[in-house]
Amino acid sequence: MLQIFTWLADWLVYDLAGLSATSKAGDALHFFVEDVSKIFALLVVMIYVISLIRASLNVEKVRDFLAAHHPGAGLMMGSAFGAVTPFCSCSSIPVFLGFTSAGIPVGVTMAFLLTSPLINEVAILLLLSLLGWQFTLLYILVGMGVGIIGGFILHLLKAERWLQPFAAKAYERARNQSLSSAPAPDQALTFSERHAFAKDETRDIFGRVWKWVIIGVGLGAALHGYVPEHWVTDYLGEGQWWSVPAAVLAGIPLYSNATGVIPVIESLITKGLPVGTTLAFCMSTVAASFPEFILLKQVMRLKLLAIIFVMLLMAFTLVGWIFNFLSPYIL
Amino acid sequence: MKKVKVLGSGCAKCEKTAASIAEIAAEKSVEITLEKVTDAEQIMSYGVMRTPAVVIDDTLVHSGSIPHRDDIESWLN
Repeated sequence: MLQIFTWLADWLVYDLAGLSATSKAGDALHFFVEDVSKIFALLVVMIYVISLIRASLNVEKVRDFLAAHHPGAGLMMGSAFGAVTPFCSCSSIPVFLGFTSAGIPVGVTMAFLLTSPLINEVAILLLLSLLGWQFTLLYILVGMGVGIIGGFILHLLKAERWLQPFAAKAYERARNQSLSSAPAPDQALTFSERHAFAKDETRDIFGRVWKWVIIGVGLGAALHGYVPEHWVTDYLGEGQWWSVPAAVLAGIPLYSNATGVIPVIESLITKGLPVGTTLAFCMSTVAASFPEFILLKQVMRLKLLAIIFVMLLMAFTLVGWIFNFLSPYIL
Repeated sequence: MKKVKVLGSGCAKCEKTAASIAEIAAEKSVEITLEKVTDAEQIMSYGVMRTPAVVIDDTLVHSGSIPHRDDIESWLN
């Protein structure tokens, strides 16, 4: 089905613009036209469909569910909910406080908050359409794994100790009561309400990401057409152990360009960038961002913030090394 | 005079929410006081988990998105 975007690019670039398929410019332009048209079409259709399905799922329901379960199950569920619940990263502070003041342990809350940016609909869609389902599945499993293990470590460390005083107080208060807040009202949505939600979501997300798609695919196309194959394998290949931590560090400042990074990665993978290095770079770009971490300072003490940041960077590096090592056997 | 508070940590959506409430209030010549609440502790006290949220005369009326024009008009009436 996705073949039509190749045909569209064939027709526009080779027939209409008259570029040769073997020239660098023709190759790069073809890559650009095919990926941009494919990503735009998929984003609009899939975000609408996904939003339609999950319109009735919200953070209030997740909070009530997690508050009622044991932390052990909570870690898994927290991470799973983080993967599927729609929520804007600008809401992470109120969500954190909402969970904490409902008596949910910090480890469980962080399993939710760590998984949420790693596994979001735009990243998944792009991975699926550009890199195939095997890589996407791997990405989802590793993303949830990072959320669950990260949350578990914070739970073992009793991370509640390092909350800001007002948040710690709210947590204690909730732990001493049986049920703190009234459960969220459970109203069934009509189809037209779902449609209205899905339309808003699609417009909002597309409006936010379309320019990054163009920038990302543009960079990817330039790499694809003009960077020689052996350059990537020579400098970023599997032999260089340091390329994984370097990819993780390079990913930190690239946060806002999450959408733009995946088309670049597609092009690097086809040039021979190892899978582990790619996963590590991708996750670091999507999840470890300084501006977001600074915001969390309102609710966490610096020590906890530093622990989480270092933990994430170490986790992504380990993921990179493990997959680089394993990739000859599994893919 | 209605007391309107927009809760949110100063993200783009919160700015837009505050701006459109101010604009519609001016259009309908309804007098309001508009306050932007960015303090996490205060936002928590309203039990809000999704921002931007709107509080009118100390009752929470909306949370989680930029409100639609119809909603804003009905709050101001």
